Amino acid sequence: MAQRALPLIWALLVAGLVIGPVTAVVWRAGGLAALGPAEYDALWFTLWQAAVSAALSIALAVQVARALSRQRFPGRGLLIALLGAPFILPVIVAVLGLLAVFGGSGLVNQLGAMLGLPRIDIYGYHGVILAHVFFNLPLATRLILQGWLAIPAERFRLAATLDAPVGRLLERPMLRRIAPGAFAVIFVICLTSFAVALTLGGGPRATTVELAIYQAFKFDFDLGKAATLALVQLALGVASALALLRLSPPDGFGAGLDRLQARWDGRTGPARLGDALWIGFAALFLLTPLAMIVIAGLPGLLSLPTEVWQAALRSLIVALGATALTLTLALPLATELGELAGLLGVAVSGLVLGTGLFLIVQPFMRPADAALPVTLLVNALMALPFVLRILRPELDAARADYGNLAASLGITGPALWRIVLLPRLRRPLGFAAGLTAALSMGDLGVIALFADGEHATLPLQLYRLMGAYRMEAAQGAALLLLMLSLGLFWLFDKGGRADA
Amino acid sequence: MLELRQLAYTQGDFHLTADTTISAGFTALIGPSGAGKSTVLNMIAGFLAPTSGQVLWDGQDITALPPARRPVSILFQDNNLFPHLTVAANLALALTIRRPDAAQRRRVDAALAEVGLEGLGPRKPAALSGGQQGRAALARVLLQDRPLMLLDEPFSALGPALRTEMLDLVARLAAEQGIQVLMVSHAPEDARRVAGEVALVSHHQLHPPEPTDTLFATPSAHLKAYLGDA
Repeated sequence: MAQRALPLIWALLVAGLVIGPVTAVVWRAGGLAALGPAEYDALWFTLWQAAVSAALSIALAVQVARALSRQRFPGRGLLIALLGAPFILPVIVAVLGLLAVFGGSGLVNQLGAMLGLPRIDIYGYHGVILAHVFFNLPLATRLILQGWLAIPAERFRLAATLDAPVGRLLERPMLRRIAPGAFAVIFVICLTSFAVALTLGGGPRATTVELAIYQAFKFDFDLGKAATLALVQLALGVASALALLRLSPPDGFGAGLDRLQARWDGRTGPARLGDALWIGFAALFLLTPLAMIVIAGLPGLLSLPTEVWQAALRSLIVALGATALTLTLALPLATELGELAGLLGVAVSGLVLGTGLFLIVQPFMRPADAALPVTLLVNALMALPFVLRILRPELDAARADYGNLAASLGITGPALWRIVLLPRLRRPLGFAAGLTAALSMGDLGVIALFADGEHATLPLQLYRLMGAYRMEAAQGAALLLLMLSLGLFWLFDKGGRADA
Repeated sequence: MLELRQLAYTQGDFHLTADTTISAGFTALIGPSGAGKSTVLNMIAGFLAPTSGQVLWDGQDITALPPARRPVSILFQDNNLFPHLTVAANLALALTIRRPDAAQRRRVDAALAEVGLEGLGPRKPAALSGGQQGRAALARVLLQDRPLMLLDEPFSALGPALRTEMLDLVARLAAEQGIQVLMVSHAPEDARRVAGEVALVSHHQLHPPEPTDTLFATPSAHLKAYLGDA
């Protein structure tokens, strides 16, 4: 029975780690009566920007995915692989890249000035939406591309022999099935993207609930208000998690998206031109900011201030610690029950957890001293649902394939993990560890509530440099952060593949 | 000698009973798919707990024992070798779950030689042919040195000629080492080739085994229904 009891204890532990802070939030919030007009504005803006961002991402992604699904060209596989990258791209790095393109003295404004166009300002609601589309267009494209690739080849052949319109016959039914789930996923992601709102939003017209929580901490030091706002965010999260459970949308981790289908539509001149323009737009929109980070960051990289290196070291420790903790929690939890416990992490955003932990910690110690352990814990809990989703099918398969063989050889308990399960899980474990490490490395969330200059992680240090208008150092730090995040992912993922 | 005493298994609509003794050196279980051949085997191996009744080996009740504590070794349809371990490491697992000592390593090498795989111990299973993988799995089962060997539709991934060759090898080595064999097969011709006795599983029960020659010479109504008119 010990075999069964362990997942249960673990599930209770994880649930406790989530429910504890949530209880603290509810305790302190004192009801929703404390909400004023500013808080309702934040709630409205949160919902509105998430809906607009998701709708825009989906609308653009349909075009890009259609073009990718029916045209073949050199670099197609690479472009599709790159569409997976934003998931592990630190938000603050991407924001800096977007600033280099769309910011006050960015590429677009320089080009516009030459043509005599008025300057555009990226700060405000349109900046938030722009960044959200930047992050979620690739995800949306992958989700919708999956839908396209799932259409059986025979249907395309049938449509071709009948000379029937592929759009009405095959695409629209597929989109009606796929798009709502994809919209919901992106909507939920946009509800909790604190770092984007922190860097590009603000002011009465572009403050999200999470940003309002941060401001209540930092500017008003009003813990009651922060708790009330956290309660609002919690309600949003629970409602959207329930909605996601009902829709059960596809996940974007699927491999094999660079497969090519035999297609007979999209062969006309105008269709090819249109597709080329969409692919060109997507590539330019996604790759230019990344290229700008590298180009603008190189000069600063060689002369980074000491505090950046110190912050980088802190971030590395937190990222590796969070990875170890997530895997330790995930392995016994990779069961149906465990996945439910992990789902709590989806419903409760990092900032809500952070608020609760702040309320718990604050009477006993200086919150800044708890900044790094709290960040580590929250990062681990946030990564847990993804990790469980990656590991569970592989673990089930390993048990199904080799469970009886192991039992007949008397391989049970710890030996089962050592001899059979862990080696079988090597690849997904490497991928999951890489994902967790990169996510934690780039996370700018709960750390902003807790830390001061002495406890800053690299993303927070980068934000501080931006706030102080030390742009060269910020750009150098951004390149460093990008290299560390991608490097950690690459190392772990490669470790999982080696010798397999 | 294996005895199934009023053994019954029920799940949902599925129902199966077995009450017989299996004592021949090589016995084959045949029958339509879904009749419960593998269910019988899984109850003997300990992967499936019977709803009621007992499994006895030489008079000892083994119904409650975990798979590894039974006097039983088993060859599955596939996945007989862990693909991440070398062939030698796979074989060593029959002797110990720790690092094998020198004596154990010598036994592994001897077992490999016995099935004609000398020197292939350091390879991963994927670097072996299908037939060689079957031989390696057989070597592991022999190393386990249990008095009863269960074969669950063995070598079904191999072509007919290779499968026959492997079955002959199993029958020969098992006979040499005095191991009793119980094989589930969906191929009556395999059963006729290697089995001394054959038991039919059909109509919710395991019928008592009969000598292979007489069984096929004077087939019962159940067996006729299964074999068809061919």
